[in-house]
Amino acid sequence: MKIIVCVKQVPDTSGKVAVNPDGTLNRASMQTIINPDDMNAVEAALSMKDETGCEVVVVTMGPPPAEGMLRELLAMGADRAVLISGREFGGSDTYATSQILAAGIKKIGIDKDDIIFAGRQAIDGDTAQVGPQMAEKLGIPQITYAAEIKKDGDSITVKRMLEDGFMMIKMQTPCLVTCIKELNSPRYMSIGGIMTAYEKPLEIFDYAALKDDPLIDLDTIGLKGSPTNIFKSFTPPQKGAGVMLEGADKNTCAKLANILAEKHVI
Amino acid sequence: MGYDSKKIEDFKNVWVFCEQRQGKLMNTDFELLSEGRKLANDLGVKLVGLLLGDKVEGLAKELGSYGADEVVLCESELLKDYTTDAYAKVICDVVQDIKPEILLFGASNIGRDLAPRCAARLHTGLCADCTHLDIDVPQYKEFLRANSTLDVDGTKWDEGDRNLKMTRPAFGGHLMATIICPRFRPAMATVRPGVLKKAAPDQAKADAVQIVRPNFSLEASDLKTTVLAVEKAAKELVDLIGADFIVSVGRGIAADVEKGKKIAEDLANELGGVVGGSRAAIDSGWLSADRQVGQTGKTVHPKVYVALGISGAIQHKVGMQDSECIIAVNKNSAAPIFEVADYGICGDLFTVGPMLTEAIKAAKAAK
Amino acid sequence: MDFNLTKQQEMVRKMVADFTENEIKPIAADTDRNSEYPADTIKQLFRYGVMGMIVPKEYGGAGADDICGAIAIEELSKQCASTGDIVATHNGLCCGPIIQHGTEDQKKKYLPMLTTGCKVGAFALTEPNAGSDASKGTTTAVLDGDHYVMNGSKIFITNGYVADIFVVFAMTDPSKGTKGISAFIVEKDFPGFAVGKHEEKMGLHGSPTAEIVFTDCIVPKENLLGVEGKGFNIAMQTLDGGRIGIAAQALGISEGAMKEAMDFTKSRVQFGKPISKFQNTQFKFADMEVAINAGKLLTYSAAAKKGTGARFTKEAAMAKLFCSENAMKITTEAVQMFGGYGYTKDYPVERMMRDAKITEIYEGTSEIQRIVISSNIL
Repeated sequence: MKIIVCVKQVPDTSGKVAVNPDGTLNRASMQTIINPDDMNAVEAALSMKDETGCEVVVVTMGPPPAEGMLRELLAMGADRAVLISGREFGGSDTYATSQILAAGIKKIGIDKDDIIFAGRQAIDGDTAQVGPQMAEKLGIPQITYAAEIKKDGDSITVKRMLEDGFMMIKMQTPCLVTCIKELNSPRYMSIGGIMTAYEKPLEIFDYAALKDDPLIDLDTIGLKGSPTNIFKSFTPPQKGAGVMLEGADKNTCAKLANILAEKHVI
Repeated sequence: MGYDSKKIEDFKNVWVFCEQRQGKLMNTDFELLSEGRKLANDLGVKLVGLLLGDKVEGLAKELGSYGADEVVLCESELLKDYTTDAYAKVICDVVQDIKPEILLFGASNIGRDLAPRCAARLHTGLCADCTHLDIDVPQYKEFLRANSTLDVDGTKWDEGDRNLKMTRPAFGGHLMATIICPRFRPAMATVRPGVLKKAAPDQAKADAVQIVRPNFSLEASDLKTTVLAVEKAAKELVDLIGADFIVSVGRGIAADVEKGKKIAEDLANELGGVVGGSRAAIDSGWLSADRQVGQTGKTVHPKVYVALGISGAIQHKVGMQDSECIIAVNKNSAAPIFEVADYGICGDLFTVGPMLTEAIKAAKAAK
Repeated sequence: MDFNLTKQQEMVRKMVADFTENEIKPIAADTDRNSEYPADTIKQLFRYGVMGMIVPKEYGGAGADDICGAIAIEELSKQCASTGDIVATHNGLCCGPIIQHGTEDQKKKYLPMLTTGCKVGAFALTEPNAGSDASKGTTTAVLDGDHYVMNGSKIFITNGYVADIFVVFAMTDPSKGTKGISAFIVEKDFPGFAVGKHEEKMGLHGSPTAEIVFTDCIVPKENLLGVEGKGFNIAMQTLDGGRIGIAAQALGISEGAMKEAMDFTKSRVQFGKPISKFQNTQFKFADMEVAINAGKLLTYSAAAKKGTGARFTKEAAMAKLFCSENAMKITTEAVQMFGGYGYTKDYPVERMMRDAKITEIYEGTSEIQRIVISSNIL
């Protein structure tokens, strides 16, 4: 049995974000992090490895420096890593990305009792689409928004969160699960893991490595093959600043309450 | 027959997937139908509600009242509870058969599970979690004038462009992007709940709604997953989206989390509202995830939004900046939250919060 | 000459920094206020292999190099010098001498306990009347058949009342002065071992300091570390390594205090502008930055030299002297920048100032470091 975890390196949008004059993101100026939800997926895989001794393979699509992130995941306890990287893959939307990742995962190989974990969504695009699209391209069932995962034999039982409650769902392996932060608390790298992270296998799949897969066609991957295009991108205008009230005492609060009362909002 | 998502001339009408849970329609359905009505009018086509479930025919009129000309109804015992497999199969079969040009979903946990699965099978584009939709270029330009820093009039436009323009925040709200799907149909989008305004229901439209029952096949063997149980949350649900008053807390309550929460609750109770929180407050485990306001949480527009000890990271602001009145209390006078606040108080929430509650109580009593 | 850290060293920094930010920073003030040993933190640090990280892999450790060891202590100490101290003592002063001087049997028995076995280690040299002058120790160990009988007491022992395993120094031949000192591995469960007074200290409140007392304590003969009479050399070599740890701890305290002061002065407005905009403030930060970076070079180069197997006594002493005196200066300056707030317990800088002081004292005072350095060059 093995678990394949799909991860993404993303700009840290919680910090300072720089936007170029043309409305695109100034990625060079930003810190990159491992997408937070993906960390929950990694933890889910590693804790299943702790229980069952299964193999954990981490996969990402990204530019060559994403290797650093994969090494960190190996230092957390993953067994091997795959970096899908190539000029031909650049500019892919979620549909094209899911085709490339699915082809990469097929090359790694999916056996009957394997599971694929992914994060719910990435903080750069917030689409939550690649997981389900990948599952469709692989022809395997999916469960999204997993808050609990239990494996028994060739099936897993998942607590799938809804806005107003949850569902308990049972699903046959192989399958794909997207994970939310309620699922677990991700572990840190370990010192022992760090010392061996550079000895563990890391494979790079480029276009040539994947091009024989029927999913990989220059018409269905990359910027040109993506069904969606960016029509315009822009920055929202700053709302005009309001009033800073003088002081922070009872009088200030009374003044504010009176303004609200006069405006009939309270 | 034959389905080819590239033959865009074969596709017609605007469809809205109308999600129901336990036989009840969702508020998002009405928001989407109201918006879909405008899109259908712009294109001069019909608005169609796509309704799946078990014995849900009775809901069709309500869909009509929000603008649907037609309801495509697919009923089966296997569609009673939502499963990705069954819903995706039926929707894809029907779409491949009838070929709508636009297909909208609510960006609920179910919509965001289902739509990408369908888009991948239908080989078409999908835009996630949209906050604004346009067909007409002149209307889109109006939207940009009000909501962007773009030089609208200095840009070249193809005024006859009839693509669906799907606008959404990206990079935690730092950027907005308008996405199109020019080469494939249907153009698909999930739309964020609580953003689009729902129209007033129209009884005449409700009575006029046509029900269409398409052919589809669904066997138990199509389902690779089994729903063992569906549970409603035991705790009272927090309706942030519908609230008129929201008091949110952030990292500023770290010094005494319980006291900070109590102060927010007292103020919210006095205002008749609910307590929300920033990502910091949710990630630290101080509040449950359903209370999160912001890019990864909910988008709210209450009458009054009070931010206590929230610095105002852009990912938070994107979820609350359209509130009618924003009050911010923060120790740091340089906190970005003051950039969007209508009224700012530079002070400690632990002292200002209770004073504000008292002042509001007094102001209400004086009225 | 390569001044860049290796990828592993960078990764260790990131891992410990993340851990410190998320797990230690939120409890550091309480750890100090309640004088509470951070037991959960230490348990986690065993789980992640920080405790005993320099122990070779075959004995249960991670086999990390000495620079990694220093970086870990530096990062922990940015938020909590007590935690830095507990780890530095365990790694440098207990695992260190066993790795270096232990027999194969001793290593096989004790190093796994000090890593995967989650047993905390300590080092016991100082006595009431033998501080800087270790030759005046009165704790004795007398061979009696297959065991030694140990009598006496040791004070100011870091990890004293939480440790399971102690490296203890005792006179096996009092007539020979320092040449009569021998080193032993002592378990807390050996008959005749007891923990005495818990010290109340100015700072490092989370670090458990205690007296330990030996009353006819039975120490098996095979627990002699190294050879009889060579204990003083073992102690001095161990302290050379330990001083790199204290230098790293002092560095971390300095960096933590400087970060706090920068954040504060950027948001504190007086006379119409943030006080970070005053040149007086800016120049102080410039000086801190220089001192911290110079300290890093001294500390990492001492650790690198230790890793080569060459003698590094002078380098370790220089690093410890420089970093500890700067930690005192920088934390004092940080408190000053905070003004009245700095003197309150609402902000961490007063704690950092109290914690910094000990780095000028333990594992050899600044005066002793100057003796060590001058005796190596004159």
